[in-house]
Amino acid sequence: MKVAIVKYNAGNIYSVVHALKRLGVEPVVTDDAALLRSADKVLFPGQGEARQAMTYLRDHGLDEVIRSLQQPVLGICIGQQLMCRHSEEGDTDCLGIFPVDVLRFQPLLHEQKVPHMGWNQAFANNAEGSGHELETLVENEYYYFIHSFYVPVCEFTAATCDYIVPFSAALRRDNFFATQFHPEKSGAVGERLLRRFLEL
Amino acid sequence: MLAKRIIPCLDVKDGQTVKGTNFVNLRHAGDPVALGKAYSEQGADELVFLDITASHEGRKTFTEMVTRVAAEVNIPFTVGGGIGSLADVDRLLNAGADKVSVNSAALRRPELIDEIITHFGSQVCVVAIDARQDEFGLWTCYLNGGRIPTEFSLFDWAHEAQERGAGEILFTSMNHDGVKTGFANEALRQLADNLSIPIIASGGAGAREHFRDAFTIGHADAALAASVFHFGEIPIPELKQYLRGEGIAVR
Repeated sequence: MKVAIVKYNAGNIYSVVHALKRLGVEPVVTDDAALLRSADKVLFPGQGEARQAMTYLRDHGLDEVIRSLQQPVLGICIGQQLMCRHSEEGDTDCLGIFPVDVLRFQPLLHEQKVPHMGWNQAFANNAEGSGHELETLVENEYYYFIHSFYVPVCEFTAATCDYIVPFSAALRRDNFFATQFHPEKSGAVGERLLRRFLEL
Repeated sequence: MLAKRIIPCLDVKDGQTVKGTNFVNLRHAGDPVALGKAYSEQGADELVFLDITASHEGRKTFTEMVTRVAAEVNIPFTVGGGIGSLADVDRLLNAGADKVSVNSAALRRPELIDEIITHFGSQVCVVAIDARQDEFGLWTCYLNGGRIPTEFSLFDWAHEAQERGAGEILFTSMNHDGVKTGFANEALRQLADNLSIPIIASGGAGAREHFRDAFTIGHADAALAASVFHFGEIPIPELKQYLRGEGIAVR
């Protein structure tokens, strides 16, 4: 199986490489359009700032490449946010795969710290008859989050999490799937998610 | 509900964990990577690896260890001990650490915090503070593992660290460290209620109740301990089950 990771100016991509290697997969980290298009699975992970990331993706033609991918794609953290329509972070137009806008957390109480950092519970949206296989990736378990911006609950929400407001812990649409949390840092539960993604 | 975090801390010297361990029947308990993996499998939420080596050679060994931890451990981990410059931070993050903790170097030159967060973001920057309370109740920050007192009060320095962009505060009470009679809950509460970044409690864990109190009385976001975990006195699964029974959100 060929697994490609989108190479761009975001941090923390190598923790995903390590996680895939632990599952016996040797991914290629690339910004080459042909390699990305021919992979069986594509991951779009990272930590970073939305505007700088989008500028980089556009300058390298990667925005069009990611949008046009046909195989299963998994966005992680800033990857999920960049797959949305717009982000409040730097007032940035994003890829628009998920037609929903990314907002900044607005704490209401002192103990609602931003960033939302640590382990929080996801609730999978296994709506009866939704029939979407990507919806089965997330379990009702704790995953590791670290983020200051969030995707509101919308029709593409595959799992929710509650912090200050209910938000999308995961999204899915056609062949695109994305998590706000970091499966590569979420212990055995995260490993199971990655394994199921690879098995799609 | 965001879970309270339980964090084992491993002291590492020349690539080996120190303080000895009676921990699970692990053949390579001296190997920080094997120990870290075992803690992760037991349900630890994060790990902290502290480099207590002084030599240049030891630093290199530690960096190699960080690379191995990043490859083999599937939960977040922080590294600290002797971080003095942005170059040190760069080296450790490049080796795969999720966060770094800075202590004495930041007290000596607080701009180090600004530099770290400008280059790598707040989320990687944990400011570790060793402080001691005197007979008048005043908390003073110490340098070099608690050997040298400074002019900084705990609360002033913690506030300054937050203003400079620190992502978390790891507060160790020198009065409580190693005594096993509980964490410094009053000081923790003062930090947690006045700052807007997470507070990690450290120093004093001896019983399960101490962790509960750090969360319920001290309002800490996370609790760190070493020997009670290393010697198997408080197995992490049991601790989590106990805390859950006390109504505390844990993973």
